[in-house]
Amino acid sequence: MTAKHHTAEHRGETPYISRMRPHDILLPVAAGLCCKPGGFHIDPVRPVERAVITHGHSDHARPGHGAVLATQETLDMMRLRYGDNFAGSTQAIRYGEEVSLGNVKIKFHPAGHVLGSAQIAVSYKDLCIVASGDYKDAIDPTCTPFEVVPCDVFITEATFGLPVFRHGDAADEVKKLLASVALFPERAHLVGAYSLGKAQRVIALLRKQGYDAPVYLHGAMEGITRYYESRGVALGELRLVKGMKKADLAGTITLAPPTATSDIWTRRFPDPVTAFASGWMRVRARARQRGVELPLVISDHADWDGLTATIAATGAGEVWVTHGQEDALVHWCRVRGLAARPLDLVGYGDEEEHELVAADEAET
Amino acid sequence: MNRFAELLDRLAYEPGRNNKLRLITAYFRDTPDPDRGYALAALTGALSFKHAKPGLVRDLIMDRTDPVLFGLSYDYVGDLSETVALMWPKGGENYRESLLGHPTPQPSRARGEGAQLHAGLPPRTKSRATIETLAVPSPLAGAEASEARSRGQGEGYPTGGLNVDPRRHNNPPPPTLCEVITTLRTLGKTELPSQLARWLDELDETGRWALLKLVTGAMRIGISARLAKTAAAALGDKDPHEIELIWPGLAPPYLDLFAWLEGHGEKPVNRDPAPFRPVMLAHAIEDTDFASLDPADFIAEWKWDGIRVQAVSGRDERGHTQARLYSRTGEDITNSFPDLLPSLHLPGAIDGELLVLRDGRVQTFNVLQQRLNRKVVSPRLTKDFPIHLRAYDLLGDDENDLRELPFVERRAHLEAFVRKLNDPRIDLSPTIVFDSWDALIAARADPASAGAGEDADAVEGVMLKRRDAPYLPGRPKGQWWKWKRDPHIIDAVLMYAQRGHGKRSSYYSDYTFGVWTSGEDGEQLVPVGKAYFGFTDEELLQIDRFVRRNTTEKFGPVRHVVHEPDQGLVLEVAFEGLARSPRHKSGVAMRFPRISRLRWDKPPREADRLETLERMLKDVTAN
Repeated sequence: MTAKHHTAEHRGETPYISRMRPHDILLPVAAGLCCKPGGFHIDPVRPVERAVITHGHSDHARPGHGAVLATQETLDMMRLRYGDNFAGSTQAIRYGEEVSLGNVKIKFHPAGHVLGSAQIAVSYKDLCIVASGDYKDAIDPTCTPFEVVPCDVFITEATFGLPVFRHGDAADEVKKLLASVALFPERAHLVGAYSLGKAQRVIALLRKQGYDAPVYLHGAMEGITRYYESRGVALGELRLVKGMKKADLAGTITLAPPTATSDIWTRRFPDPVTAFASGWMRVRARARQRGVELPLVISDHADWDGLTATIAATGAGEVWVTHGQEDALVHWCRVRGLAARPLDLVGYGDEEEHELVAADEAET
Repeated sequence: MNRFAELLDRLAYEPGRNNKLRLITAYFRDTPDPDRGYALAALTGALSFKHAKPGLVRDLIMDRTDPVLFGLSYDYVGDLSETVALMWPKGGENYRESLLGHPTPQPSRARGEGAQLHAGLPPRTKSRATIETLAVPSPLAGAEASEARSRGQGEGYPTGGLNVDPRRHNNPPPPTLCEVITTLRTLGKTELPSQLARWLDELDETGRWALLKLVTGAMRIGISARLAKTAAAALGDKDPHEIELIWPGLAPPYLDLFAWLEGHGEKPVNRDPAPFRPVMLAHAIEDTDFASLDPADFIAEWKWDGIRVQAVSGRDERGHTQARLYSRTGEDITNSFPDLLPSLHLPGAIDGELLVLRDGRVQTFNVLQQRLNRKVVSPRLTKDFPIHLRAYDLLGDDENDLRELPFVERRAHLEAFVRKLNDPRIDLSPTIVFDSWDALIAARADPASAGAGEDADAVEGVMLKRRDAPYLPGRPKGQWWKWKRDPHIIDAVLMYAQRGHGKRSSYYSDYTFGVWTSGEDGEQLVPVGKAYFGFTDEELLQIDRFVRRNTTEKFGPVRHVVHEPDQGLVLEVAFEGLARSPRHKSGVAMRFPRISRLRWDKPPREADRLETLERMLKDVTAN
C-alpha cells in the first residue's frame, strides 16, 4: 500500500468515497463480480465468503459459499440441486426489498429469466449499478415479468447479442409443435428443453394454447418441475416417461434435457420427432448440428431487440457486457455514445451447454 | 418461390439421404415446368447470375445495418444468405414497419410502457462520479428507446389488425421461382439492387433465405448436384448415371429432361464438343485389404501431389477444335491454364494430374499453388510456373468412348495417344513394376529408387488400379485404391482455441498448438500450427469441454487454454509437408495439419520439441 493511499484514508472516508467510480463499487475478478465496499460477490464462480445470486442456473448459482443472499426460489433451487448444505448460511430476499451490505445498498428486481430470477441493483449514494444476470423482456407465464430499473451503469448479458437473433413470439413456436403433433399422430414428439425454466415455460405455453393432454417428462426434470408447481405455476397433468409402453407414447409430447434427445434413451419412443426449444434454433446450422428436425425458437434470454431496447430504457450512460456475444453489443452501445466495455468474465455460458454435463448424470 | 423456399428449408433440417431424395422427387412431381427445372438448376449449381454476386447482397445489407454488426453476425452464422435473411430490417418505412413486424402480443415493460415512460422523463440526474467516467454523456438513450419501439416490436401496433396476417395485406404476391430467375437474367446491373431489395421486403425469413441462396448460387444445404440428379432420375425410374452422361449438354429449365423422365419425350443428346465426364475416384486402402487382393490383378502408379484434371478436346459442328480443362468436380478451369491449351490438339479426353515442371522436374504442391485460383494469368506466371499434364487414363479417343474398356486396354490407348500428341507438356504417368505386395511396399517407402527418381518429393503415395476395371463415375468399390505415404506425425500441446464457424459455431474447434523450445525464460511452447479437423465428433465434444474447463484467459473470440509442463492437452498432429516460413514465430509451416489423436495419456512436458520439426525439415530438403 502506498503512502499516498494512507494519507487519503487519514483524511477520512468521505472525500475518498465521494470520488468513487463504478469500478470501485463493482469489479470483475477471477471469482466473479466483486463488490469491495459491500464485501460480497455477485454470482461467483468460485467459493467466496458472501455471495449474492441472481438466479438458479448452475453457472450462476454454485455451491460452497459462506453466506448466500438470493430470492427464496433461487435458494430452493440450489437446495434441490446441491442438497441442504449448499452454503454456510442463507438469507432470502423479495423483489423490491432493499438491504444494506457494508457501505452499499442492494435491491432485488425481477429479471423475467426463470422463476425467482433477479436483477441486483447496487447503490452507493446516488450512483446505481444494476447487475441484471440473465434476463428477458418477453412474456413468460412461469415467472414475474422483467422490470426496467433506471440506473447509471447497466450490466447486461449478451447470450443473443447479435442482430441475427430475433426470437419472435413463443406462442407461434408452440403452435408449430402442436401442428406437427397433429400431422404425425403415430409418432412421439421429443422436445429438448433446459430443465430449469425452459421446460416449465414450454408446458405452460402448451396449456395456454389449450393442449390439455398429459405432458410427459424425462426423469431429470421431475424435481424442478414439481417445485414450479409448488410455487403456484399451474402445469396441468404431468407424467413420467419411465415405465410407459412404447406404443402408448404415440402422439404425445415429452420434455427432456437437450442431450437426452439424441441418446439411446430416445429408443423407447415410437419414431420420435426431435424438437428443441432454444434461441439458438434461429440459426439453421445450430439446429442441424444437433440433429433437430423441428426447431422451436423459444428463449429465456432477451433477443437483440430486447437487449438494445432494455439498455436504452435503463437510461444508463455506461454499459458493462458479460457473457455471450459481447463485441456486438459493446459496439452498438459505443455507436450510441454510451460508454461500454466487455467484462470478460470466465465461467458463464448459456445453460444449454452446461446442461450437457448435468444430463450425463441424470436418468439414462 | 414459396414452394421452393419451403423445400430448401425442409432439406436443411432433414438429415437422412433417402428422405432428402423423397422430398426433392416429390417437389419435381408436384411442381410444373419451368419452376421445377429452375429448382434443379439451383440445386445442381447450374445457375449463375452475372450481376448478382455476394458482394451485391453484402452492399444491400451494409446500407441497412451497421457494418461492424453485420461482420460479427456473418462470422457467427457462417452463411451470408442466412445472415442477411435474419438481419434484414422489417419493412422500409414507418407505416410498413408497424404492419410487417412481428408484434409482441403484450408489450413487455422494456419495449412498451417502461421505455415510453422513461423516454418521457427528463434525463436521470447523474451523480458527479458517473459524469466523470463518461466519455460522452448520453442524451441518446431516450431517443433510442423510442426508436426501438417504432421498429414494430412493441407499441404502435394496431390491435384491430392482430388477426390479419400482415404479410398478405397490401403486398404483391411473392414472386414465382421462374419470375425471379428470368428477372435476374434480364435485369441490368443498375436495376438489380432495388429489385432484390423489393423481393427481400416482400418475403419472410425463409423466403429471403432461399432467394439469397438462389441468387448467390451458394446453396450449401447438404445437397450435392449428384443427389439432385438422383432425385430427378427417380422421377422416371432412371439410373442417375444416365443423367450424368447427358448433363453437360442440357440447360435450365431442362424441359427436355423432364419430358424424357416423365415418358413423353426423347432422351436428350449431349451435343457439347468437349464435355466433362464424371470422374472415377479411389478408396483409401487399409492394411487388411491386401490379404484379399492379388497383386497380379493390379497396375500400380505413383500418386502425384498435384491437381486432378480432365483435359478434353473435341470438334464442334464447324470442325474447329475446342479444348477444355475441367476440375475433378466438373468445374471449367480452362481459363486458368491457357498455356496448356495448344498441347490439347487431338480430340480426346485425358484424365491426369496437373503439375508444375521446371527443368523436367516435378515441383511440390506449394509451387503449383501459385497457379491456382488466378483470375488473371500473366505471361510471367506461365513462364515462372510452367504447367504440365501427367496423363494416367484416356476416356475418349476422337469419337470413341473408351470408358467401358478395361483399364489395361485404356492404358494401351493412352500410351498411343500420348505418343501421337508428341508434346513436351503432356507425358505418361509411369507404372511401378512390382510382383508382390512386399515389392510395392518397398517402392512406396522409397519412390526415388523405384522409378520416381528426382520427382520422388512430389509423390504422395501409390495408386492401385484393377487391370479389368472399366471407367466408372463416382467411387465404385474395389476398383481403384489409393495408398498414401505415412504422414508426418508430432505430439504438440494445445495452446489456444477458437470457436468454429457455421455448424461448429458453438464449439471451440480451431486449435493452435505448439511444441517445446528453449527460450530466454527456459523451456517454453512456441506455436507451430493451427488445425480444425481430423477429430471425430465425439473427440470434438471432449476437446470443447476441456477448453471450457481449462480456459485461463479470453481475448475476444480466442481462449487461452492451460499449457503447462504438467497441465494441458497433448494433440497428435499429422501433416503432409513442412516448409520454412519467416512469417511464423517458430520458423516452420505445416501443410495440411490435422489432429490425428488426442493424447490424454501424455503429459505436455513429453510433447515434441521444435528441434524435431527442424530435423524433419532438413530431411525433406536433403532429399
